[in-house]
Amino acid sequence: MSVLLETRGVSKRFGGLQAVSDVSFIIREEEILGLIGPNGAGKTTLFNIVNGVYKPDQGKITFGDKDITGLAPNQVVKLGLARTHQIVKPLNGMSVLENVTVGACFGRESLGLHAARETALDVLKQVGLAERASSPARSLTLAAKKRLEVARALAAKPKLLLLDEVLAGLTPTEVAQMIDLIRKIRERGVSVFMIEHVMQAIMKLSDRIVVLNFGQKLAEGSPPEVASDPQVIEAYLGDSEIADKLMEKD
Amino acid sequence: MIFKRPSFWLTFLLAAVFVYLPLRANDAALREDLILVAVAIILVSNLNLMIGYTGYVNFGHIVFYGLGGYVGLYLVSVRGWHLPSAAVAAGIFVSICALLFGLGVLRLRGAYFALATVGILVAVHAFVSNFDPWGRSTGMYLPFEAYEPLGGAMHALWVTYYLVIAVMTLSMILSLVIKRSKFGLGLFAIREDEDAAVVLGINATVYKAIIYSVSAFLPAVAGALMFYKNGMIDPSIAFEYMLSIEGIVMLMLGGQGTVIGAAMGAGLYERLRSYLLTSPRLSNFHLVIAGGLLLVVVLFASSGLIGWLYKFVPRSREVIE
Repeated sequence: MSVLLETRGVSKRFGGLQAVSDVSFIIREEEILGLIGPNGAGKTTLFNIVNGVYKPDQGKITFGDKDITGLAPNQVVKLGLARTHQIVKPLNGMSVLENVTVGACFGRESLGLHAARETALDVLKQVGLAERASSPARSLTLAAKKRLEVARALAAKPKLLLLDEVLAGLTPTEVAQMIDLIRKIRERGVSVFMIEHVMQAIMKLSDRIVVLNFGQKLAEGSPPEVASDPQVIEAYLGDSEIADKLMEKD
Repeated sequence: MIFKRPSFWLTFLLAAVFVYLPLRANDAALREDLILVAVAIILVSNLNLMIGYTGYVNFGHIVFYGLGGYVGLYLVSVRGWHLPSAAVAAGIFVSICALLFGLGVLRLRGAYFALATVGILVAVHAFVSNFDPWGRSTGMYLPFEAYEPLGGAMHALWVTYYLVIAVMTLSMILSLVIKRSKFGLGLFAIREDEDAAVVLGINATVYKAIIYSVSAFLPAVAGALMFYKNGMIDPSIAFEYMLSIEGIVMLMLGGQGTVIGAAMGAGLYERLRSYLLTSPRLSNFHLVIAGGLLLVVVLFASSGLIGWLYKFVPRSREVIE
């Protein structure tokens, strides 16, 4: 499969903190790439660099055949790279439908209002929020707000979807539903790049995993490779038996 | 379609009342009262585009009105232009200024933007007060002959009145059109969460600059019309700082983000203000009322009269925008 996104030697410093340092990786088409690492490892910063919220100090990001280094988030979405936020950012005063309509209006296809509303209704059905379409976004539960984040991003018709901890804070049932949803998204040909702390889930979902620690890439490989890597165990997983535990259940 | 929206017809009904009332009685005093209400509606409707739609508080909104007045009066008295072209030119000039200002100032957010708008008002006031072609602090007067093209001063008063009503109607229709457009959806998204809006694909900087510029156009046209009607202008009446604040009170009172609410707040407050101003005992007491009203609205009814209506008659939400 061809390469969809490539970062080469990306670095970002905030004052005295080297948040991300010399990170390179690729995402292929229709691939789910997981991003794990301890708190403060620079995962969300890396997301912010990829979708243009931060400009990298060094390094280059290519999406498709375009150099997107330094493009603003609103330009990156138009090329087909959408994201969700770890701390959900619903447009509180607007309805669920309007939230998703915004995504469709200003996404890759830049739809007109009417067409955007159709797309939004469609996406809401996919994520299971259709019956809440006219509720104000602020009235949703956390799980529903996370779905709303995903719906808004999906409405932009992305080629690559960045999911920042969409499973955190959900109950086991909600986690299972979200995993289902992510699988369906990939089946539709969208690549997924996801940050997650819920190990079982990310091990099950990902084709490959990148591990960050102190802003640097510690390891990269298939889930079993990563889970049995001694460096990863020491820095993050903490238990040498964990690989077997994580991989046995499905 | 806009023709299917009750608020659109409500706007025309309001305009019809404004046209008919003074005409029926040929009542100049009533006309003068109503023109002040119409100007308040123009200012507040356009202020609403910034505060209500985009979530950016503009404390210096009156600068558009005053600057429009200056440009209009200058074009008519010194350059000998006709009123309509002078008014439109004033609108365009002020809009372009606002666009240039906006692209710089609108990178600021929240309180910093609000402060910058105060700065703009003070700076323009200071500039105009020292600008020779515009008569420095004594301002400009319109010679009596300037009213000839409109059939003499008496007739010109009626003509400007109807032009102001037209601008009022346009202001409300503009608000209605923007509210249900893709552009408006982008503005509302910026109001709710600007960072999220940008990540969703909205070029917030450009959107904000455009709406800032748009919100300058009709107030500037109205300023040109009103100062032509008054026949004179000077910095202290063109840039009345208190009016800027009172505009915000009117908007909050009626209900920010709503077209009918903005007009209602403007109308109610302006009538109350005129009553207090002309009452011999209560002169200047209107500022006390304004302060009190603002407190009451912010504390107890943050979405204004319309918000209150929505709460008790939920169905009104579809009719009254």
